[in-house]
Amino acid sequence: MKKRTFLGLGGAALAAMLAIGGAQAQDAIKIGLILPMTGPFASTGKQISAAVNLYLQEKGATVAGRKIEVILKDDTGVADVTKRLAQELIVNDKVTAIAGFGLTPLALATAPLATQGKTPMVVMSAATGIIPDTSPYIVRTSQVVAQIVVPFAEWAAKNNIKNVMTLVSNYGPGIDVEKFFSEAFFAAGGKAENMRVPLQNPDFSPFLQRVADAKPEALLVFVPSGVGAQFMKQFVERGLDKSGIRLIATGDLTDDDILNGMGDVALGVVTAHHYSAAHDSPENKAFVAAFRKANNGLRPNFMAVSGYDGMHALVEGLKKTNGQGGEALVNAMKGLSWTSPRGPISIDPETRDIVQNVYIRKVERVGGELYNVEFATIPNVKNPARGK
Amino acid sequence: MKLLTLLVDGIAYGMVLFVLASGLSVTLGLMNVINLAHGAFAMAGGYAAVVLMQKAGLPFIWTLPAAFVLTALAGAVLERLLYRPIYAKSHLDQVMFSIGLVFMAVAGIDYLMGSTQQFIQLPGWLQGRFDIAGVAVGRYRLFVIVLCGLLAFGLQWGFTRTRFGSRLRAAVDDARVARGLGIPVHALFAFTFALGSGLAGLGGVLGVELLGLDPSFPLKFMIYFLVVVTVGGTSTITGPFLAAMLLGIADVAGKYFIPQVGAFIIYALMVVLLLLRPDGLFARQRT
Repeated sequence: MKKRTFLGLGGAALAAMLAIGGAQAQDAIKIGLILPMTGPFASTGKQISAAVNLYLQEKGATVAGRKIEVILKDDTGVADVTKRLAQELIVNDKVTAIAGFGLTPLALATAPLATQGKTPMVVMSAATGIIPDTSPYIVRTSQVVAQIVVPFAEWAAKNNIKNVMTLVSNYGPGIDVEKFFSEAFFAAGGKAENMRVPLQNPDFSPFLQRVADAKPEALLVFVPSGVGAQFMKQFVERGLDKSGIRLIATGDLTDDDILNGMGDVALGVVTAHHYSAAHDSPENKAFVAAFRKANNGLRPNFMAVSGYDGMHALVEGLKKTNGQGGEALVNAMKGLSWTSPRGPISIDPETRDIVQNVYIRKVERVGGELYNVEFATIPNVKNPARGK
Repeated sequence: MKLLTLLVDGIAYGMVLFVLASGLSVTLGLMNVINLAHGAFAMAGGYAAVVLMQKAGLPFIWTLPAAFVLTALAGAVLERLLYRPIYAKSHLDQVMFSIGLVFMAVAGIDYLMGSTQQFIQLPGWLQGRFDIAGVAVGRYRLFVIVLCGLLAFGLQWGFTRTRFGSRLRAAVDDARVARGLGIPVHALFAFTFALGSGLAGLGGVLGVELLGLDPSFPLKFMIYFLVVVTVGGTSTITGPFLAAMLLGIADVAGKYFIPQVGAFIIYALMVVLLLLRPDGLFARQRT
């Protein structure tokens, strides 16, 4: 008798637990986060996922009484895998939205699934212009290549730089940088000479020799992250920094994640970008401090801030729709505007792309560490490539 | 003058390629073992130097012998444990085995050190460049040329003029007879393998400044090593040496004069050379 009571009680408790568990699982708003957590682009995944976790910790993880649950998947930076994971998340896990996407091909491979599944898709890193056009469910919170380089070209032309040589790696984003910068620079009255280098390029010496021969006033560089430091070292090794050629680049070259390891060769490099960990605002100071505390001193970079803002867009959107996904969520995210750690930003209601300030910065030593210190601001830049 | 600067750049690049590939040419040519994991030893050397410099504060110049010794030791251990059983296996088995090792090394380094590019700080006296009769020469590049030139000379002398060299060549030509004559074949092979690994490690350190260092290093540069060894032939040290010089200079000059096709020059040159000399530039005549 005793035994039976015990069993009965146990059974009831078990049933109750299952019921609670079931209710929670049903009620949670699931968001699938697909990032390269291993492989050559692991630093992107690490930064974004850390920022997403930070956002949920700070701002609370419930909307309309329902818990927000992030399911993190590792796509290793391979488009096939991204697509398969997105499909599993949409079909099996029934996620309300998918987010992440470290590289352009990964976002492009997933876009048709977002359309078919009517699942909002927040792009937190990939930067090619066409991405939001490939599905009406895409919202982007990172950056667009043209958004950075077009105002940069206009700024350079205004600041007495009349001829520029561009040196880009021969792949999608590099060609975008070359094209948009040269067009805008030409329109502003400058002259640009173009040079492309192979993507797998161990030694820059022959290309740098050409630069030394051409003696442009400035050299615009776009090479994949990591190789950039290699490039700057060889630039300095050849004495080009002292020859009066100014080194300019998009902020990818002086990424906050690796800037400090580059050493003095990076000093004085002028870049344009949408985020610097040294951005002077109370929001950013709080963000950087909290991010470092939660991640063993790691400095947040532009990837982290995109992940943080992507979460903000999703959570604010979900608040408006009371936790509903689909087209309602995309519409709710359109036109959102807020003060991010990077400064004031908004989601363009027409293009679903981000509108943000572009800052011109210079690498300086601040308190013993290298930082991109902002000294000029071009406010509220939309993607200038649209409608062309 | 500009051309001489380019020439120096090309030679320095070729020298690094040579040191990286010479170990491969030793194991492949002398021991007849296909070791695609050679680049993994180079990467290990590079990472050893990075860790020694950043964590132990060792000056750059001491990381060179340290990386050589460490990778040579690693090579000796792995030779005893992993490679010796596959000496007698077919070439296909050796390829599969060593490419597997490469993937393990890439994943292992990624896990331990992260996937980002690694940096080292050169001492002041190796930075910048100076003028020799109007030709601007990078200090570090000159340092690489001198060091690797001495190494190439030493290796050639060691293999052709010393007792060790002649014993090794005897052991390669006919291991059974050599063993019968009292030559310690196993020990010789182990030593040679360790030497090749050590050279790769040394090349890895020298290459950090010129080629970069991240976990995909062994895969990225495997092609270059193989090009050097196939074009140069594997039976001598001078063959790969001249091949590395030729490829280094052609690569740098090609990228300078015709940057649009720069990346392909090295491959085009390989195709042409192999069409003309299928056994490599300096192969022994087939008998």
